[in-house]
Amino acid sequence: MSEITHQPAENHGEHEHHVTPPIVYIIVFAILLVCTGLTVGASYIEMGVFNPIVALAIGVFKATLVILFFMGVKYSTKLTKLTLGAGLFTFLALIFMTLSDYISRAWGRW
Amino acid sequence: MSDSTATVNGAPEAHGIPHGHEEHPAYLRHHFASVEQQADTTNFAMWLFLLTEIMFFGGLFTAYLIYRNWYYPAFVAASHQLNIFWGTANTGVLISSSFTMAMGVWCAETRRKSGLVLCLVLTFVLGLVFLGIKTIEYSEKVEKHHVPGFHYSVQAFTNPASDPETYKEYKDKPMPLDMARHTELYFFLYFAMTGMHALHMIIGIAILGFMIFRARAGAYTTGHVTFVENFGLYWHFVDIVWIFLFPLLYLISRHQ
Repeated sequence: MSEITHQPAENHGEHEHHVTPPIVYIIVFAILLVCTGLTVGASYIEMGVFNPIVALAIGVFKATLVILFFMGVKYSTKLTKLTLGAGLFTFLALIFMTLSDYISRAWGRW
Repeated sequence: MSDSTATVNGAPEAHGIPHGHEEHPAYLRHHFASVEQQADTTNFAMWLFLLTEIMFFGGLFTAYLIYRNWYYPAFVAASHQLNIFWGTANTGVLISSSFTMAMGVWCAETRRKSGLVLCLVLTFVLGLVFLGIKTIEYSEKVEKHHVPGFHYSVQAFTNPASDPETYKEYKDKPMPLDMARHTELYFFLYFAMTGMHALHMIIGIAILGFMIFRARAGAYTTGHVTFVENFGLYWHFVDIVWIFLFPLLYLISRHQ
């Protein structure tokens, strides 16, 4: 019985609960703050069409860090990774189809 | 992978025989074979919920993208009304709250009760600070009649010089009324998106308040961290939404 009650504390197996050490969180936190500064700084530089592209690229990078480390997807099961991947793919497919409809018609410009 | 997992896994022949609760931790529900399977299942369910949230906010983002392209001059001028200082400050606040939440999950995992309570309280306070800053921004919109509805005013866009604060920074040219009236659509989407985001924050803060009481009673530091972990997923998701809202609403139209 004593062995069983100890079980949750011995979560070091491959398929068991992964504990992310605080140093990882601290590094990710620092990178996120730097990226926030970068994206604000970039908005003050005239880059024409690249302003939104740079802003979104930094946003995607920050979101990826949050998903992988804060949300722990990097250490999660294949099922979770597949679920997230399928969801993002569906999301992008829906946006792609919606936008391809809007840019291929003359509607809305009045 | 301790022996106990194998015991529970390899016990089909023991079905029907009432087994005492001493065989597994109290938080393991009987329809799960192991603690690990239970944790994976709840995690999976939480991600399915977050996917519906991605689709929900995704619809708002897509609407913003399409209308911004249609009524580009109106959206550019309207976004000049947002305060980049407050937006940046709020981004910092929200990222900090995500960090304290992540540390809270770590405290729960390593069974640090006072650390967990501290992290949850910090997350709670930072969430309130975010809403406070949002209130400052919203009240400015009310004062300038930039809330969509009967009292909406296009004056700042048909006659930009009448709004000296924004004018001295952006020098926007006056817009004809038929384009200027589309700024109302920008503010409609602004309030819909940041309002929905704020509603998620309010719900999160309410759950955090509940969790602080439970954590003080030691509920999450006994090895069962599923609730804290899944709430963390929710909180980080809300953070990610803001990571995209901030550049799209505040930043990308500075130069046009």
